[in-house]
Amino acid sequence: MQEFVEFTLGGVAFGMIYAAIGLSLVLIWRGTRILNYSQGAMAMFTTYVALIVINHTGNYWEGFAVALASGLVLGAALEWVVVRRIEDKPPLNAVIVTIGLLIFLEGLAGIIYGGQYRSFPPAFSIVGLTLGSTALGISRNDEFTAGAVLAAALGLAALFRYTSVGLRLRATAFNADVARLLGVRIGRVLTLGWALAGLIGALAGVLVTPSTFLYPNSMDSIFVLGFTAAVIGGLESPVGAVVGGIVLGVVLNLAGGYLGSDLVPIFGLAVLALVLMVRPSGLFSTTAVRQV
Amino acid sequence: MTLARHVGAALAVAVVLAILTIRLGPFRDYQIAEAAAYVTAVAGLTYLIGLSGQISIGHGAFMAVGAYAAALLLLHLDWPLEAVFAASAVIAAAAGGIIGAAAARLRGPYLAGATLMLAVALPSLADKYAGVFGGDQGLSVAVTTPAWLGTTFPPTRWLAWITCAAALITLVLLANLGRSRIGRSWRALRDDEIAAALSGLNVARMRMLAFVVSSACAGLGGALLAVVTDIVSPGAFNLALSISLLTAAILGGLGSLAGAVWGSLVLVFVPTYVTDVANSHGLSSGASSNVPIAAYGVVLIVVMLVFPSGIQGGLRRLLGPVAPAARPPFNALRRHAPASEKQEEGTR
Repeated sequence: MQEFVEFTLGGVAFGMIYAAIGLSLVLIWRGTRILNYSQGAMAMFTTYVALIVINHTGNYWEGFAVALASGLVLGAALEWVVVRRIEDKPPLNAVIVTIGLLIFLEGLAGIIYGGQYRSFPPAFSIVGLTLGSTALGISRNDEFTAGAVLAAALGLAALFRYTSVGLRLRATAFNADVARLLGVRIGRVLTLGWALAGLIGALAGVLVTPSTFLYPNSMDSIFVLGFTAAVIGGLESPVGAVVGGIVLGVVLNLAGGYLGSDLVPIFGLAVLALVLMVRPSGLFSTTAVRQV
Repeated sequence: MTLARHVGAALAVAVVLAILTIRLGPFRDYQIAEAAAYVTAVAGLTYLIGLSGQISIGHGAFMAVGAYAAALLLLHLDWPLEAVFAASAVIAAAAGGIIGAAAARLRGPYLAGATLMLAVALPSLADKYAGVFGGDQGLSVAVTTPAWLGTTFPPTRWLAWITCAAALITLVLLANLGRSRIGRSWRALRDDEIAAALSGLNVARMRMLAFVVSSACAGLGGALLAVVTDIVSPGAFNLALSISLLTAAILGGLGSLAGAVWGSLVLVFVPTYVTDVANSHGLSSGASSNVPIAAYGVVLIVVMLVFPSGIQGGLRRLLGPVAPAARPPFNALRRHAPASEKQEEGTR
């Protein structure tokens, strides 16, 4: 029983990271119908920036803030410089361009920072918390992780729901042509969408790296699981990304805890296959009209 | 007639390749063998995406199935090489059939996600069942040069010959398949699934068949790669391999077998070329090992921006008489505004 609680809570903490990556993918997917395969690499890159700042100033929070800011800038810059030019091309070209960005960023990180594994400090203590004499399987830092991702998700939800910028983002995602006719500057809105996605991705990078080490490919597996979380949730839905992330995190942690780490990817595939067999467009997808 | 033309072209290429491999040194022969293995796998993938309109980001998994099948057959049963290659293609095709049946309902990014996870998950079985698959070390694959070629015949040239032969046979078969009723059916359901179904095509079965054919090619490619690199290990069939196959297919030009060849050549030769340039400019080894990676990323982006329909499409535009109108976008990952119903089907 105690093991079960430990594994489940630990799984939730990890699931929040997948949820964050999933959220950033959903943001871009809804706005531009592009799956951003470079999301993980962008997060890896901003985490390197954070590490440099932390090593330089000795202050974790400065690095944290710089990582988020650079995520914002990187997302906007990539949209503005590269992605904008593939909007009118066949959609598979967008897949390849974002994969190209992924490969380029990982190569660039290798050139600038080298390939060695670096440790990245956590924000808070990583000593496991206990309730009475029961170990909970999570630490202060895990609590911070979950809280930060939740706060980011709620902040995004509030932005979408209550601000005029959010209204424009939603209008563009709903129908870009009509939104443009109604006076929305689509280009700026899309840039903003990528910037926000870059920010959420950067958050995920800073939060996960204390438990994975930092190297040019360090975010690859996190990205795959974040993508899986978003697909489980149904790519349209931010709530779905968070739920998908938590489900995936808990299942993988239980599988890893009870059956050994070898089988974790197989269970990821199993969860995904199960969900997609029942609902081919994810848990939270709305039923789309199929016009003949 | 078509068959004769395809066979003739393949024979001509075979003669050129035979002369090339004899003239070039062992390292180039090795690269040719490697490229031929990739061509085999990429050709199947380019048909899957370009003709049947289904994306797979996890084709490395089918290569792994073929490679492990080949290694186990050579190790335990000591079959002749041709039988091993045929068997690995069949085994990978069976795996593709299972995945294709499961994937028949999935569209666009959902199919992408499922195949991506497959590519990540499958190699971990090799660690779990280390007794059979050799764990992280993998299995070694030894192929000897046949005696009739003499003892001084370079082994890499023999490898280049068998891989090129297998690749050419695959290409001829695929070229004919693409011209056949099956190829036309795939195009029909790629362009409009509902119209294809109304015309009497069994859409689910055709989609599954596309997976079977392309995973057979991937399995054969995996077996070839295993023979070329002497070893089969989970590390060789990682996510990067799957992504490389996808980039090669799209970079070359989707649905085009010549494009599959161009894409595979880029995959094999651009990194070595850039490494040579980087080394000659005196970059440190840490940096120069990463320069080809970054350069490959840039090549991908630039080619996609300059030649939206891939290298083969670009060549056709540059060399062809009058360029035909650009084809409508593929169904596989069609991008759209959710509210416009006509396009809604793309992501479903």
